[in-house]
Amino acid sequence: MRFNINGTAVEVEADIRTSLLDLMRNYLHLTGTKKGCDQGACGACTVLVDGERINSCLALAVQYQGRNITTVEGLAANGSLHPLQKAFIEHDGFQCGYCTPGQLCSAVGMAGEIERNVPSVVTADLTSDHITLDETEIRERMSGNLCRCGAYNGIVEAISETLIEQRSMKAGERAPA
Amino acid sequence: MNIFSYHQPTDGVSAVALKEAGPKAKYLGGGTNLVDLMRETVERPEALIDVTQLSNTIELRADGSLLVGAGVKNTALATHAVVRSQFPALSRAILAGASAQIRNVATVGGNILQRTRCRYFYDNAARCNKRRPNSGCDALEGFNRYHAILGASKSCVATHPSDMCVALVALDAVVHLQGPAGMRKLRLQDLHRLPGETPEIETELHPDELITAVEIPPLSFGYRSTYRKVRDRASYAFALVSVAAALDVNGAGEVQDVRLALGGVAHKPWRALKAEAILKGQRATADTFRAAAEAELADAIGLRDNAFKIELAKRTIVAVLEELKGENA
Repeated sequence: MRFNINGTAVEVEADIRTSLLDLMRNYLHLTGTKKGCDQGACGACTVLVDGERINSCLALAVQYQGRNITTVEGLAANGSLHPLQKAFIEHDGFQCGYCTPGQLCSAVGMAGEIERNVPSVVTADLTSDHITLDETEIRERMSGNLCRCGAYNGIVEAISETLIEQRSMKAGERAPA
Repeated sequence: MNIFSYHQPTDGVSAVALKEAGPKAKYLGGGTNLVDLMRETVERPEALIDVTQLSNTIELRADGSLLVGAGVKNTALATHAVVRSQFPALSRAILAGASAQIRNVATVGGNILQRTRCRYFYDNAARCNKRRPNSGCDALEGFNRYHAILGASKSCVATHPSDMCVALVALDAVVHLQGPAGMRKLRLQDLHRLPGETPEIETELHPDELITAVEIPPLSFGYRSTYRKVRDRASYAFALVSVAAALDVNGAGEVQDVRLALGGVAHKPWRALKAEAILKGQRATADTFRAAAEAELADAIGLRDNAFKIELAKRTIVAVLEELKGENA
């Protein structure tokens, strides 16, 4: 099976039953992606496939051949942490850290969904062409990622600050003074 | 998980041929339910036929209907501009289900054919007539908070877990099927079965039939529709009770037309035809809504842990219709 993982082409011989999660951890030794429940309930295994977040534990690797996969190891660029990683440190967005790789990948995927105007169940106006990002939206959109330490307040603050800052910067670029 | 062969057919006819050739083959969508069931050894297919690449477009047709390929991801359907504006109940139902990670992977066809989340069905050590016919049902006297109050039997009290299907049934959706004998169509409402004595037979699909698409007919008042889900957590939990409804109230304040369906209450997405019949032509008031809800739930039977769902379903119906009744009522 061939994949593009964190920008690198890889070829792996793996058992047909291997999940994308076990492929990362057991075959490629990319152990940043964590195994929590292994049944799609906790989100610790969240990775990005062509920019979209998925639970790698429920994904048969064979179905994702040829795709671009990003794990937590691929978020930092040029030796510098991703802005969300910095914000998680700044806001105490974790305690034990086990759910953090999944939280980070999920938040990056969520940012893309908001850019693409994907609504959530708490979005009041489904026909609007702009999602107003607030705490209620973030909590709903991140509900697939559990944190048993209960670091949710820090997680929401980190995501909120990072994404709202990014959005206002982009809005600034679009509408020069 | 047992070993299996993996196939990626490029069209529906070859998918069906592969299925016919392997008696223990299963169609594979996003895998969010099937992979989990295989890991628990509840499902033991010897071949997986990946159908995710076969039909994944959403087509708006001249008559205003939508033809949704069975391989379309849940997120893509909920995000489609026509669904958001003309069938908001469908967007809201999909978005009320699972998590973003799962909706990004789960397909429309797979959502329809997902299995119940009854814990006894998942637990190989428990008795379950659905998993092992004639072995008994441990849910009947067990933990049954999430179980059926309508249309259940002594053999099975499991519920169909989908949110999407509840909205689709309210919208009179039709499934397109490809089988060994050719194509046919079936109303989604008629696809899932009540358990009766044979809870292991969950649908009216013929052997090897494949869902290729879901057709959503135009509905003039579809824009006045919504979905409400009542659950134990604010997000990412299965429904205790859910309601999909569309309501058209005329200038005289009467119910011109209505669509109503319930989730979390039965072995299938439950179209509330009794309530619809009572509502039509009547004044759109809370009393009418309550009378319709009473009629729909008249045959409901509560188990040890779920009898509260009978009143909860009635109140949720009334609340949703109140929300939709608008200025004319």
